[in-house]
Amino acid sequence: MLSLRAVRHRYGAHEALRIERFETQAGDHWLVLGPSGCGKTTLLHVIAGLLRPSEGEVQVAGQPLAALAGAALDRWRGRTLGIVPQKLHLIASLSLLENILLAQYLAGMPENRARALEVLAQVQLADRSGAPPAQLSHGEAQRAAVARAAVNRPKVLIADEPTSNLDDANCTRALDLLQSQANECGATLIVATHDQRARSRFKHRLELPQ
Amino acid sequence: MTLAGISLAYLRARPLATILNLLLLALGVATITVLMLATRQLEERMGRDARGIDLVAGAKGSPMQLVLSAVFHLDAPTGNILLADAMALAKQRAVKKAIPLALGDSYKGFRIVGSNHDYPAHYGARIAAGRLWSAPMEAVLGAEVAAKAKLAVGASITGAHGLGEGGDEHESEPYKIVGVLAPGGTVLDRLVLTSIESVWEVHEHGSPAGSPKEITALLIQYASPLAAATLPRMVNATSALQAASPAYESARLFRMIGVGVEVLRAFGVVLMFAAGLSVFIALLNALEERRYDLAVMRMLGAAPSRLLGLMLLEGGALALAGGIAGIGLGHLLTEGLGTALQQAQQAAVTGRTWNDDEWWLLAASLAVGIIAALVPAWRAYRTDVAPVLAEG
Repeated sequence: MLSLRAVRHRYGAHEALRIERFETQAGDHWLVLGPSGCGKTTLLHVIAGLLRPSEGEVQVAGQPLAALAGAALDRWRGRTLGIVPQKLHLIASLSLLENILLAQYLAGMPENRARALEVLAQVQLADRSGAPPAQLSHGEAQRAAVARAAVNRPKVLIADEPTSNLDDANCTRALDLLQSQANECGATLIVATHDQRARSRFKHRLELPQ
Repeated sequence: MTLAGISLAYLRARPLATILNLLLLALGVATITVLMLATRQLEERMGRDARGIDLVAGAKGSPMQLVLSAVFHLDAPTGNILLADAMALAKQRAVKKAIPLALGDSYKGFRIVGSNHDYPAHYGARIAAGRLWSAPMEAVLGAEVAAKAKLAVGASITGAHGLGEGGDEHESEPYKIVGVLAPGGTVLDRLVLTSIESVWEVHEHGSPAGSPKEITALLIQYASPLAAATLPRMVNATSALQAASPAYESARLFRMIGVGVEVLRAFGVVLMFAAGLSVFIALLNALEERRYDLAVMRMLGAAPSRLLGLMLLEGGALALAGGIAGIGLGHLLTEGLGTALQQAQQAAVTGRTWNDDEWWLLAASLAVGIIAALVPAWRAYRTDVAPVLAEG
């Protein structure tokens, strides 16, 4: 599903990411582990096509990213990937349901209210669909961000530090939700974290050195 | 979910800034709309009232006052002239048509004009009820007079001295209403017409018997364009009369009003400019608050051009709404102004009309909004997503 070869990314002279080889199969759940500043977010951005690596080859779902650019790359990302950013960044001016519909709209998918409500129900937010994000608790907002990432049935689901600032119970719940949504969509899951509590839940792990 | 829907959601999320910007733009547009409607209607109206009248001859004094009093009936006359002098002038070969006017009295602020049947005929007036006057002390009402004073054929009225209300009333000489004119959109709507003899009869008591007959002014149409060169000079040089050109005097009047109009118009433009600046600042501030939103939209699959479109739509929607509100407000104000002026029996304006130039005004407001949104839109277009998302 993912294939990274000889990927390097540098900010100026500083090498932020160095991966010789990273391959995943469809439906695998991967944990990307490492301390802060080891390049986890950079790796996720490279996979998402938000960052073009200084060197190396990246293929996602059979698509070489170097072959895509501009609006085509954006549309591809919207349809193929579901991303849960670290700061969830729900859009405050839109209601929860509208935030989900926005993900369909911006990915160029036809508006599908039933699917949006379905995914909200799966994260136990069906009754909050009209609420503005400011009225959601942190846990609810995180579930909403997962719903937004999953609504287009992505091939790859990416989460950046989904368990930071969560107690053990909520940490477990957040990872449960990501894994169940990934399974539901048949997506490959990539979770980047420095949180060692997640380690035991993932069979596949990529450890990034400092 | 559409781009326009998202823009509106953002506008709704900042109601105070949105309303302030709408208001600023609306006030600017309304100012310009009022000026546009009022000056256009005033010019049209004065053009209609002065059509076919090349020259006014009357007593010496201010030529503008002569024109204002004899053509537009907005001012007191400059004085009277001898009927014999007027008749001599009317017989000149350069004169095609000469309509005598005898002024002096008014009814509830509407002027009573003594003339002959040529006067209503000159404006193509039609009778709505009754007939034209045929004997002294018979009068015909303009449409507006009849409507305002709630008078019909068969009623009788008494004139008051002067133009304003509350002058000495000539109660012993009532006029009998024999006809009402149909509305024609000319000065006749606001006049009471009668024969010159009636005016003489009403005023006879004040003057010694046998004194020479007088009228107030003579409206003249030239027989040929050549007359324009000779007749005014002749009148001014050789008689007790003065000649004034309605076209020249109204142009002079508009030049004088024009300064005020230009100042107000500039004021309106400044307001629109301020509105543009305010929209610009609001969008630029919003951009700062919205960096994460924009980055997330890119993350969700939006091309940079979508973000550009979003900001332009927001500026454009705001400006268009402001423009429409402003034009609506302008029409409302003009209608209010018209009502106020009508109370004063002055040339009325109405807001219930559409001027094609208003399309340009609407386009200009839209342009203000889009230009104000250009820089914020460009910065939204250039948002670099990865660093914004990474800073978390």
